[in-house]
Amino acid sequence: MPPPARPPGEGPGREVRFDLGVDVGGTHTDAALLRDGEVRRAVKKSTSPEVTGGVRRALREAAAGREARIRRVVIGTTHFTNAVLTGEGLARVGAVRVGLPASASLPPFCDWPPELADRVRGPVFQVEGGAECDGREITPLDEEAVAEAGRRIREAGIREIALSAVFAPIEGSHEARAAAILAEVHPEARLTESRQLGRIGLLGRENAGLLNAALGPLAERVAKAFTQALRESGIEAPLFLARNDGAVAEVSTAARTPVLSLSSGPTNSMIGAAHLSGRRDAVVVDAGGTTTDIGCLRAGFPREAPREVEIGGVRTLFRMPDLLSLAIGGGSRVSADGAAVGPGSVGFRLTEAALVFGGSTRTATDLAVAAGRTRIGDPAAVRETPPATVRRFTEVLEERLGEAVDRMKPDAREMPLLAVGGAAFLVPSRIPGISGVEPLPHGAVANAVGAAIARVSGETDRVFHGLDREEAFRQATGQAERRAIAAGADPAGLEVVEREDLPLAYLPGDARRVRVRVVGEAAPAGAVPPAGAERPAVS
Amino acid sequence: MAGNLLAGRELPAADLEDLAVGAWILGAGGGGNPRHSLLNLRAERARGFRPTLVPPDAVEAEALVAVVSTMGAPLVSEERLPDPEVAARPVRFLEEHLGRRFAAVMSLEIGGANSLQSFLVAARTGLPVLDADCMGRAFPEAQMTTFAIGGLRNHPFCLADIRDNLVIVHRAADWKWQERLGRAAVTEVGSIAATCKAPRTGAEIREWAVHGSVSRAIGIGAAVRRARSAGEDPVAAILESERGLLLFTGKVSDIERRTTRGFLRGTARIAGLGSDAGSELALHFRNEFALAVRDGDPVAMTPEILCVVDSATGEALGTEVIAYGQRVRVIALDVPRILKTEAGLAAVGPRAFGYDLDFRPLFPAPAS
Repeated sequence: MPPPARPPGEGPGREVRFDLGVDVGGTHTDAALLRDGEVRRAVKKSTSPEVTGGVRRALREAAAGREARIRRVVIGTTHFTNAVLTGEGLARVGAVRVGLPASASLPPFCDWPPELADRVRGPVFQVEGGAECDGREITPLDEEAVAEAGRRIREAGIREIALSAVFAPIEGSHEARAAAILAEVHPEARLTESRQLGRIGLLGRENAGLLNAALGPLAERVAKAFTQALRESGIEAPLFLARNDGAVAEVSTAARTPVLSLSSGPTNSMIGAAHLSGRRDAVVVDAGGTTTDIGCLRAGFPREAPREVEIGGVRTLFRMPDLLSLAIGGGSRVSADGAAVGPGSVGFRLTEAALVFGGSTRTATDLAVAAGRTRIGDPAAVRETPPATVRRFTEVLEERLGEAVDRMKPDAREMPLLAVGGAAFLVPSRIPGISGVEPLPHGAVANAVGAAIARVSGETDRVFHGLDREEAFRQATGQAERRAIAAGADPAGLEVVEREDLPLAYLPGDARRVRVRVVGEAAPAGAVPPAGAERPAVS
Repeated sequence: MAGNLLAGRELPAADLEDLAVGAWILGAGGGGNPRHSLLNLRAERARGFRPTLVPPDAVEAEALVAVVSTMGAPLVSEERLPDPEVAARPVRFLEEHLGRRFAAVMSLEIGGANSLQSFLVAARTGLPVLDADCMGRAFPEAQMTTFAIGGLRNHPFCLADIRDNLVIVHRAADWKWQERLGRAAVTEVGSIAATCKAPRTGAEIREWAVHGSVSRAIGIGAAVRRARSAGEDPVAAILESERGLLLFTGKVSDIERRTTRGFLRGTARIAGLGSDAGSELALHFRNEFALAVRDGDPVAMTPEILCVVDSATGEALGTEVIAYGQRVRVIALDVPRILKTEAGLAAVGPRAFGYDLDFRPLFPAPAS
């Protein structure tokens, strides 16, 4: 009997592995199928009101005929951001803070916008315990008060609990013990522990935890829907969700920490731009329909925001990419003289509203066509645009994008710029301080490409006392590696991609804040994290 | 409650918001952001707190004023947040220790987070807040006050933590010893504590305190708020209300920071834009901005206030957060004359911060 015919043009057969990335944005759902890092298929679909529909269509089209040979699927989504911005789909959260008598007058939720707090705030408890900056305890942990808080939250019918403790990133044993007690008295509870999400800065870290808990049920539903969409598309590969730091986590882990996926869209674009260009250090400009996000790649990953990031009016402090957003996009409205660009935008109605599509609104896309920067729609519709208007528009773009790009550069040295997104044509070809503006093949779906190739990471950020620099790095690296493995990384070939320390001269005892990030390839399907591996968010 | 007989004015909510903005500007890039203290005061107001601001001259010569601050490491105050109950504790204890009541409370420094400390204390003690401080801006150390410049007594000094620990320094040999003993105790209780410095009499306040500093900060904050709501330039509004000087407009081209012996030191370099194109301003800092050097020539220096404002947002930028690429304007604001006397310059002039320079004022002393 002759051997079964191979699909044409697919190399040696079944073991050929593809990576499939999907990025669900507000307007478009993009997908990219990669083989050996090369884009084999790119798909752009409208995001459906019932979001999984768009995902299902994108998956089907991108995977068609190769379902069985897909190694893994990574999805990045704006679901969680939208939920925080609208307040819809958020669950009520019970908050437990360990730290009394410290910080008593500013309880959990104290700096939230009132409307959002009204939707999310459940019972709030502060109990005795927590750590000092040098790791000593503030007071012994009040275990009975923790248990009582857990019982009261259970009686209120609330499952989501956000737990925080003062200085938990430095010394987390009280937070860990409190988590164990809460799990015992409220077995159905879903716990978010602050030290596993955020950095030093109590309110910002706690807020990240409260948002994470509020997103819990939605994340569970989204994870289920994506998993189902995948199976219905005939794909057996493991599913990962993209995260803010440019890495991915296996879907069940990721669904327990939805805040870590809040900003995955812009991050995916940057990772994708790095991959498509082969650059590891560059400014990335991701121009969409309404806004343009500018970020900075360092060693192949997006630079992290150094300070608090506001999400829906809530100040948070955890791993987020450092982004500058301008209200300029392909759909931005432009004034008759070309001098005012945005912030208003026709958004997803571009293909009916813009002049080049027969509409009556002057958009940035129309001016870009008039300037000969791109060819979209009917160029005749903008042929009469006065040259002075086109010139003014170009000057405004150069000035605003140029200044924003310069603000995001790490220093004065020249570096390349990667322009991606559907409106990449808006990026001026020459920008001061930029060695070259590089348009990229498949740049319009850089976000999906970024999702497809992202690796798994683990990070640690904590203060060590009384250790020399190398020992502190060694311990921090070990912790980051355990976290990466727990998130689905292959223990072989983990690589340290960021490593920095800051001596804290004003604290006693040779204190040193150390941050280490490691990344690795996703572990093969079915691999189980070794016993003792640290779980990234939920016990 | 003591001291409510002093005549003053009740501060509306907007004044507290303005105070926080103005105090951050007067902090000259240091002093810590007043945000957490402001959150506390909003909550206190919602519970009925109505602070009273009184002029320094209203205090009788023999009456006592509490001088308060939070002492500690900036990083620690991000986890162990300010709390009015803790702020009031050393004040109450010092009253007990002295067997006398305070007539009013004032903040050690008007620059940064400590500007609101007097209000946190007032929220719990009912004391009126004095429209005064003893730095006129923010400085990093205890001997950098007008009271130290005046050679006033440095003790007793009281410090309280969040537990039931209270420390009294009954005597300290001099102001530097007061700082050293205080630091040692602060470290032990977790690198942050509420303090009540040596009490001051009404007579001492009249002669040595910086008068009107709370009103000054509120005025700056109000100017910024009005300019913002009118869509006008907040920096121009600050300069106008303060008769300040615009020193430089440019872009941060380089930033270098190092932490040594508890201080954040470093230099921000600013490349000129517009009419300053072609020039460079080097801004040296030690917690606060202390010295501005334009193309090699010192043009402004401590104790006069150097403040860096983000041109795009109008926000004052701290020395901990100023970063490459920011478009900024550097402005200078005047300080009380006492800081520019011989004794004042010895405590807070350029040499006190390690710069071997004679003080050259930007703002001439008014004709007497």
